[in-house]
Amino acid sequence: MPLTDSLRDDILASVPSLRAFAISLSGNGDRADDLVQETLLRALANIDSFQPGSNLPAWLFTILRNLFRSDYRKRRREVEDADGNYAKTLKTQPAQSAHLEFEEFRVALDKLPQDQREALILVGASGFSYEDAAAICGCAVGTIKSRVNRARSKLSALLYVDGADDFGPDDTVRAVIGGSGG
Amino acid sequence: MKDVKSQASKVAAPGKPGRLNTEIQSRIGHQLRAMYDDVVRQGVPDRFAELIKKLDAPGPTGDPAKSDGRD
Repeated sequence: MPLTDSLRDDILASVPSLRAFAISLSGNGDRADDLVQETLLRALANIDSFQPGSNLPAWLFTILRNLFRSDYRKRRREVEDADGNYAKTLKTQPAQSAHLEFEEFRVALDKLPQDQREALILVGASGFSYEDAAAICGCAVGTIKSRVNRARSKLSALLYVDGADDFGPDDTVRAVIGGSGG
Repeated sequence: MKDVKSQASKVAAPGKPGRLNTEIQSRIGHQLRAMYDDVVRQGVPDRFAELIKKLDAPGPTGDPAKSDGRD
């Protein structure tokens, strides 16, 4: 459909959640905003292929997710300094202890396999249905459900179960816990 | 009586249903949304608002930079 004013407003209204999705995926604020920018450019260039009345956020998320994936393949995680980077993107710094817990959570999230992380974010944070999330990721609904479940158990193991050795060393988490300087 | 070596001393194992597990899951959900919503609340940065405003050239001409230069 042509780019009407209302469609443009709708796209603009999706920007905050696109950014949140991009940051959750990449763990890096600058890179996330580049991803969002590229997503918007691509969406506007292909606006004719958007079906009026269909789910605009899901369409935009699909574009962003595919961009992230192709980008990710090119340069696997060169973002070793991602620690603390996410916090920098926040305007409101959480209080110290909350911040620590928050950082710990982010580190754990970052350890999930990409498939699981994106499924968990789409369903657990973006509020998409399993069906929409499956469409965004190009897989079956059952696959999304099992990825979300696995993501949740892994996170709970990383964050709340002491000595979850099956999941490899969690030195980073320990470092965050132990390195508070307190 | 057998000696009970392995008491369930650990926190609930992941994937096992139970009250503790439910509580952990709700904490995880809460943290995930808190992290996400922090970014959502930042709204639309100017660079994106301007980008979309600039690119309102109609049609899939593939050259969105082409405009009359009118404000």
